Amino acid sequence: MLKVTDLHAYYGKSHILQGVNLTVHGGEIVSLLGRNGVGRSTTIKAIMGEVEPHGSIKFKDQEIAGMPSHEIARLGLGYVSENRDIFPTLTLRQNLLLGQKIARQTGRWSIDDMFDLFPALRERADTQGGVLSGGEQQMLTMCRTLIGDPDLIMIDEPTEGLAPQLVETVAGLLSEMARRGLSILLVEQKLTIALKISARVYVMGRGVVVFEGTPDELRDNEQVRKEWLEV
Amino acid sequence: MEVLVFSIFNGLLYGMLLFMLASGLTLIFSLMGVLNFAHASFFMLGAYFAYQISGFIGFWPGLVFAPLIVGVIGAAVERYGLRPVHKFGHVAELLFTFGLAFVIEEVVQMIWGKVPVPYDIPETMNVAAFTWRGLDYSAYRLFMLGASVAIFLALFVFIAKTRTGLIIQAALTHPNIVSSLGHDVGKIFMWTFGFGCALAGVAGVIGGNVLGTEPSMAITLGPIVFVVIVIGGLGSLWGALIAALFIGIMDNLSISYDLSLYPVLALFGVEREVEGIMQDLVNLTTAGLAPVLPYLFLVLMLILRPRGLFGTRDV
Ligand SMILES: Nc1ncnc2c1ncn2[C@@H]1O[C@H](COP(=O)(O)OP(=O)(O)OP(=O)(O)O)[C@@H](O)[C@H]1O
Ligand SMILES: [Mg+2]
Repeated sequence: MLKVTDLHAYYGKSHILQGVNLTVHGGEIVSLLGRNGVGRSTTIKAIMGEVEPHGSIKFKDQEIAGMPSHEIARLGLGYVSENRDIFPTLTLRQNLLLGQKIARQTGRWSIDDMFDLFPALRERADTQGGVLSGGEQQMLTMCRTLIGDPDLIMIDEPTEGLAPQLVETVAGLLSEMARRGLSILLVEQKLTIALKISARVYVMGRGVVVFEGTPDELRDNEQVRKEWLEV
Repeated sequence: MEVLVFSIFNGLLYGMLLFMLASGLTLIFSLMGVLNFAHASFFMLGAYFAYQISGFIGFWPGLVFAPLIVGVIGAAVERYGLRPVHKFGHVAELLFTFGLAFVIEEVVQMIWGKVPVPYDIPETMNVAAFTWRGLDYSAYRLFMLGASVAIFLALFVFIAKTRTGLIIQAALTHPNIVSSLGHDVGKIFMWTFGFGCALAGVAGVIGGNVLGTEPSMAITLGPIVFVVIVIGGLGSLWGALIAALFIGIMDNLSISYDLSLYPVLALFGVEREVEGIMQDLVNLTTAGLAPVLPYLFLVLMLILRPRGLFGTRDV
């Protein structure tokens, strides 16, 4: 479904990604782990075309490196950024509506689905996005991307700074996505959820992938965890 | 009393015209951060196109087609002019629109000449809509007022309620996210720019035959439109509306009443029969002051509240 080969990216003169390789198969949950600042966000921004990519990015067998973001999105690649950027002056419902790529788009997810999954969102449907709580904003950004019916969704640190109970809610939504047939590329720092739900994990260290394997293999590999994950 | 009512009416009218220009300008500014110096030139193009079209097929088709053509020209200017310049920064964009204003003025002079063209009020509208205490109010002015209010309402509904309006609002602050959701932000920019120019074009169509259609009309009105959006607050539609109405009404009142400013000077002990420079001051009236009043308010606003009435960022 997604195959990234020898991906490089730069911020000005600094060479941030130095040849990243990774693959996500159809229906698979894959996690991209690593410490702060190793380039996980930059990797998915480059895939999405928000940072200029150098290298090959194939999505559904089509080369997408160099395409503008909106065309990549229209191919079925969804992206939820780490900033929880909702549109603050629009209501929660309007935020969701803008997730539709065309008016009245239908797909795997409807707005009512979202409200059934998260009754808390229904209650706040007409509230301005800017005054929602951090947790509500996190759910909203994920739901907004899902409304556009992506086949693969890339989510950047969805559980960061959330209370344990909300972390469970996020995990529940991720499972629901997988149940509906989405592929997921999850960027995380905490191992707990990632190891529980992923089929495979990648660990990044300073611009390259330093480990690739199953969650069990990572659990057994104390050296990788010590060197690249634990603080 | 009737003078007051009529000048408020005319002030509202002038204000709504200013708003039509200011709303497009401020929309473009908040979307792209571009202060379009050529904005009033699109107003002028609207008037000239309407003059030309009305000569062939009448005023009403002109009211529809002239703004459309202006909008398409605006969109093309964004796509093939501004966008390539964008990567060189805001100063380059500013200079580009500045140059564009002169280019448009030259082109207009080449095609239609330096003297005003006879773009007149349509015959059927050149009658009194009502007469009150001996003063006529023309049907055309009433139509202008109605049309500008209708456009104003349509604009608000469009921005606040339609899906496209919501996408524009979201793209104002979060262009990256809007495009990662699958919306073509480049196209949104292009058509918003075109739409803003078309609004200026409408103002040109319905205002050109009252204010006069001539090559200097853009240079005359342009600076006042800037005053409006600075006083209203850059990027704020409500601010633009209030500032436009305020300036429109103030302008008309100061001309209609033409009060002498002597009483104010007298407070400072100035005698009526002075000589030299003071003589001019003593003879100054509000009508004489009218053309500079907007700029006076601009300066005051910049000193007291640089972000304008409803603005969210300083100029
Ligand atoms: N806009 C930017 N300009 C310059 N450097 C940047 C920019 N964004 C990120 N960087 C640098 O690029 C490197 C990788 O950043 P990235 O955001 O990809 O890290 P990350 O792995 O997502 O970590 P985290 O999200 O925990 O900070 C960091 O060293 C960061 O300082
Ligand atoms: Mg990050």
